[in-house]
Amino acid sequence: MKFTLVILGAPYSDSASQSALAFAQAALDDGHSIHRLFFYANGVYNASRLAAPPQDEHDLPASWTQLIKQHQLDAVVCIAAALRRGVIDATEAKRYQKDSNNIAEGFELSGLGQLIEASAASDRLLTFGP
Amino acid sequence: MSTLHTVNKSPFADQTLQSCLTLCANGDSILLIEDGTYGALTAAPTTALLNSVIARGITVYALGDDLAARGLHSQLNNITTINYQTFVRLSCEHKTIQSWY
Repeated sequence: MKFTLVILGAPYSDSASQSALAFAQAALDDGHSIHRLFFYANGVYNASRLAAPPQDEHDLPASWTQLIKQHQLDAVVCIAAALRRGVIDATEAKRYQKDSNNIAEGFELSGLGQLIEASAASDRLLTFGP
Repeated sequence: MSTLHTVNKSPFADQTLQSCLTLCANGDSILLIEDGTYGALTAAPTTALLNSVIARGITVYALGDDLAARGLHSQLNNITTINYQTFVRLSCEHKTIQSWY
């Protein structure tokens, strides 16, 4: 089956990110594919490569980055939700004259059209709400 | 056209489980995740409604990891404890997944 997961929760604020990560790992372990991960609303914070949680805590953003890299997953971050929260890539940083960018490897800023496309192209869509 | 409902809010703090139990249809399943696992307690305010839904033939599950993380043990005999592999399987078996959050 082809899954799309929508992640609406920031890491450490609620359980959405952790639950979605565990579901994604279980689905991939079971031989299913993930068509897209869509990070929306506060979920965009999962895409910051500058998160530095305490060493004795689960590094959720790093775990997402690793999972995306390992399985070559398509990970889209809603651009409107991201920019207003300070999650930004090099192109947008230049456009808005910001001095840096922070999007982690494997994530891509894009629009809600990618969510619509994913809902049409996937067998199942799961939302992990805050 | 069955639906898997996931509920992630405690019925002690939120109305989502009650709304879900009121609206779910025959053939659906309900999965309690995160703080939604508090809905598995016999002392939960939704217990009577939940039992009536189960009596209608709707299966109610709770995610074992989330029960354990909260120190809860399912005290309702008719709630099934599952892991993430089963969560994935239930997602495949139902046509849609409705998240209550």
